[in-house]
Amino acid sequence: MSGSTAAPDQLDERLVRTSPLRKLLGRPELGSVVGAAAVFLFFAIVADSFLQASSFGTVLYAASVLGIMAAPVALLMIGGEFDLSAGVMVTSSALISSMFSYQMTANVWVGVFVSLLVTLAIGAFNGFMLTRTKLPSFIITLGTFLMLTGLNLGFTKLISGTVSTKAIGDMEGFESARVLFASTLTLGGVEFKVTILWWAALVGIATWILLRTRFGNWIFAVGGEADAARAVGVPVIRTKIGLYLGVAFAAWISGQHLLFSYDVVQSGEGVGNELTYIIAAVIGGCLITGGYGSAIGSAVGAFIFGMTSKGIVYAEWNPDWFKFFLGAMLLLATLLNAWVRKRAEATT
Amino acid sequence: MGAVLAVVLAASLAGCSSTGGKRAEERAAEAAEGRAAVNTPRWTFAMVTHSGDGDTFWDIVQKGAEQAAVKDNINFLYSHNDEANQQAQLVQTAIDKKVDGLIVSLAKPDAMKAVVAKAVKAGIPVITVNSGSAESKEFGALTHIGQDESIAGEAVGDELNSRGRKKALCVLHEQGNVGHEQRCAGAKKTFDGTLQNLYVDGTNMPDVTASIEAKLQSDKSIDAVVTLGAPFADAAVQAKKTAGSKAEIDTFDLNAKVATGLQTDKLGFAVDQQPYLQGYEAVDLLWLYRYNRNVLGGGLPVLTGPQIITKDDADALADFTKRGTR
Repeated sequence: MSGSTAAPDQLDERLVRTSPLRKLLGRPELGSVVGAAAVFLFFAIVADSFLQASSFGTVLYAASVLGIMAAPVALLMIGGEFDLSAGVMVTSSALISSMFSYQMTANVWVGVFVSLLVTLAIGAFNGFMLTRTKLPSFIITLGTFLMLTGLNLGFTKLISGTVSTKAIGDMEGFESARVLFASTLTLGGVEFKVTILWWAALVGIATWILLRTRFGNWIFAVGGEADAARAVGVPVIRTKIGLYLGVAFAAWISGQHLLFSYDVVQSGEGVGNELTYIIAAVIGGCLITGGYGSAIGSAVGAFIFGMTSKGIVYAEWNPDWFKFFLGAMLLLATLLNAWVRKRAEATT
Repeated sequence: MGAVLAVVLAASLAGCSSTGGKRAEERAAEAAEGRAAVNTPRWTFAMVTHSGDGDTFWDIVQKGAEQAAVKDNINFLYSHNDEANQQAQLVQTAIDKKVDGLIVSLAKPDAMKAVVAKAVKAGIPVITVNSGSAESKEFGALTHIGQDESIAGEAVGDELNSRGRKKALCVLHEQGNVGHEQRCAGAKKTFDGTLQNLYVDGTNMPDVTASIEAKLQSDKSIDAVVTLGAPFADAAVQAKKTAGSKAEIDTFDLNAKVATGLQTDKLGFAVDQQPYLQGYEAVDLLWLYRYNRNVLGGGLPVLTGPQIITKDDADALADFTKRGTR
């Protein structure tokens, strides 16, 4: 779990057995799990309808839509970079598959596949520009963010004539694609969206990559100290481009979900969501400075976000205060994280 | 700390303003609130709109709805989100709560279709407000309360003609809002001159001003600017001043500033859709449906606009705009 490239001669430190409790305290997502439990208890008490099974399905859906993006964004942040274009990239991805299928009168799956290629290309562009220019990712992806926002509206108006795409619900392949990206599963009378499965799968894969593969070690290394990582032979450029491809892939899934839920896409949407992804990752224990964090944490962060955004409605509060509550929660979660980590480090 | 407080208190006492301020507002908001006028059970109605945060228009809709809720003994819940996906989720939460009635705006109808159908299936009476007159019936709503955006746009075109305008600018502040597109298209249809669309970012006021300013500077022949929301009329007035343009500023919707603008000839006319009515009637009609199975409109939308407001009407409306119900 330690991302350090510390001197290899201190073998005894690595071989020493740590107690399970200490191991638990050292996990990046611990603070957020405590926070999630607190938020859950809070809304269970103040909102009557929060504990209903159907409400749980709604909360999980809200969390999953966010969590699908938060997982790769967390990985990217552990790798020390941001992606401000992630929010609009979701909309771009949905627009591409919708408009390609419609204009070419092609099977919807063709559009979905084309969209995957183009979205991955956008991710690769982000990663390539970043590693080539060595400029901060903040600047690079801000540029991509603005360009995509413009392209989304410009192309949609140019091709469809309006600000939203044409309906593709009656086209071939739509139904099968909807099953994959936007179907609803009924479990014990409660409706669950398929995005929850996508979310679980992505978090699982991300955690496996992070903790069990060499690529995972590289991510921690480039986020901790890129130059040192390069010096010990970590392929920094490949790792970072890989991380951006991960974000693009998740954007593609989210985009297809958006499209197949409604069969029409609004070109102006997605702006501002990139910050929500980052917030979820940070609540889940990712450091803004990189080198520390976890994919499971991002899922917990997304879950907290989902519970709060819907809990406020179930509790019948005035939504005017929603953003304040969100901000306060972000601050509290981050403080809790910092405190827990400090305690954990102090005891080792 | 205590000293600071004392200074602040002293300053506010010494520097009393005899005009405006909170006191004037309190005086204007004469007790319209009060007790329930009916003894039906306390039903819960939820309203889910596509409003952004802190939107004047929707604030008035909310006021109307709250007023009716007090009279009809309704527990009224309001929530909003300007992203279609999020708005759909909010409707879902209302269904989870098993509300007794649902009020939805259909600015992005395709996104709301499935979830509104779900509410109808769950036996919740639905009334659509504001945008979505074309889709309302198809989605299974009882009725639609709002303004037909195309008709409102056409009214603007006619009014511009009667004022002898030749080249107009239609300022759209919400990208992706089909209703806004219809307004501008409607105006274009009846307007004899040329009409151009200009997209601005409605959540960023300085940007709105700058965009309109740039447009007015680059095209001096524009003699009318039509904004689609009351707050943007003020931005257009400022832009006109800095650009040194002679264009007349007209707007959709009304607020206190627009009313004074009309009185002082800064604005030409306003097209009001009476948002207060949309909130009030929606709650009241849901109550009527629950109480007596009454449905208004006969299968057609109940129109709350367009109402063209000029300098002549502005005086009477100024007080109502100040208390936030017009």
